Amino acid sequence: MNDDFRSQVEAQRPYLLRYASLQLRDRAAAEDAVQETLVAALAGEAGFGGRSNLRTWLTGILKHKIIDAIRKGSRETAIESDEALEALFDANGHWVAFPPAWDHPDRSLEDKQFLAVLELCLEGLPEKTARAFMMREHLGLETDEICKELGITSTHCWVLLYRARMALRKCLEMNWFEKQ
Amino acid sequence: MKLLSCKEATSLVSQGLDRRLGLVERLNVRLHLLVCDGCSRVARQFAFMRKAVRQLGERES
Repeated sequence: MNDDFRSQVEAQRPYLLRYASLQLRDRAAAEDAVQETLVAALAGEAGFGGRSNLRTWLTGILKHKIIDAIRKGSRETAIESDEALEALFDANGHWVAFPPAWDHPDRSLEDKQFLAVLELCLEGLPEKTARAFMMREHLGLETDEICKELGITSTHCWVLLYRARMALRKCLEMNWFEKQ
Repeated sequence: MKLLSCKEATSLVSQGLDRRLGLVERLNVRLHLLVCDGCSRVARQFAFMRKAVRQLGERES
């Protein structure tokens, strides 16, 4: 593959993301649509052939991906944005506050008070997020079973599980590990 | 191969607990964790939380 073409395509990502976000109003769905567009573009380099402006060509592909996302979205509730998660990172995706180490976490497992804090933190998760997380981590179900049960796609499922883990670690940090 | 941001890295670490990552994803994550203490801690914390949540309810009474 032509590396020069790849970097030119990659350089259009921020523009495409703004374009998709404006129409989908959902960051995760917009990121998915853009990712699919870039993959399709790189696979179909020959289709471009320098005939038109690269951005115009990419936007053309993205439009189809957005329509797909909207159609899919009408069947599935959109993933609402998670402000608490967004606040952990700056615009470049770097930590705003570097996560501290936890002191002897395994010792906490023997501590009843820790288990009480853990349960409180789990109760604080949004309902669907908590269900996905407990099905995965407590019951040990595979993602595809969880998706079927909750009526969501696997991508949505991974997003929920990521959010659950990030929210839970923040909660445990604030209410337990920082106090030790 | 591109350098992951901390947000992308932690998201992939999380996904690695739920699905088998691709080769490139695994390499990218490993490379990131090698140079990033913060994300390495989070990776260990995710694993610890799995252990803690899995044994919830086993120590009642």
